[in-house]
Amino acid sequence: MLYEQELKTFVDATTNFFSVAAQEPASIGSPYLMEGSPSVHEYTGIISISGKREGVVYFTAPKAMLTVMLMKMQENDFSHETMRDLVGEVANTISGNARRDFSREFVISVPSVLSGEKPDVPLHAGRRSFIIPINWRSHSAKLVVSLS
Amino acid sequence: MTANGKPTGTPNGKKSFKLMIVDDSNIMRRRIERSQQFEELQLVGTAGNGLEALELFKKTDPDVVTMDLTMPQMDGIECIGRLVTLKPAVRILVISALADKATAVEAMEKGANGFLNKPFTDRQLNEAIAELLC
Repeated sequence: MLYEQELKTFVDATTNFFSVAAQEPASIGSPYLMEGSPSVHEYTGIISISGKREGVVYFTAPKAMLTVMLMKMQENDFSHETMRDLVGEVANTISGNARRDFSREFVISVPSVLSGEKPDVPLHAGRRSFIIPINWRSHSAKLVVSLS
Repeated sequence: MTANGKPTGTPNGKKSFKLMIVDDSNIMRRRIERSQQFEELQLVGTAGNGLEALELFKKTDPDVVTMDLTMPQMDGIECIGRLVTLKPAVRILVISALADKATAVEAMEKGANGFLNKPFTDRQLNEAIAELLC
């Protein structure tokens, strides 16, 4: 279960990432709760959370968006591996930044990455997830937060 | 190199420093290499985790290290401790997404000399490195 202030922490971390790293602000849609497995895009960076809170945080984005993000970051390698690297790094950065408010007991894993058609993100059965819609340039992505 | 084997430094006479970049993200390693603006910093290698960093450190003897914290195999905190034991004079700039104060304190107590949070601008990176080189 995520409290309002905690949700804001993730929204702020997401906003900050796009403004600074992607050099162009994103607009964040209204977060909403969802049961079951939210749909994912072509690439998904997943951070497992343990410690005082347990669950997952993941960032999922389409290849087209990641390509433009890489260009904005002055990258010229748009390979599959680089896409995987980027989604993992985005998920890692947002989750790590959340520790500013969640504290050190919010233990984050190294990122794991899923790609391809309809991959299954490991979620706790019966637990609801908060979906934070992200709109950046003409692209849409999501940050999903599923915590105890 | 001079006749007695010491580095001659940069063309404007500044001392050279050997730089090692440690981060499990290729994108981040390239970003740091590309964005740092110090001609006295000569990149001697990059590593993707603490274990690789340790091996590379022993081979290349860098003076300055940028260090991520959340990495597989060996995390940055443990790696910092090992590097400082090997070379107490090494200057380490932690570059990490972990934004809690306790982590920053722990890194500094292990021997890091500076801490920069991700995401960062080029300016922030270079200011952090400038402080390290002072």
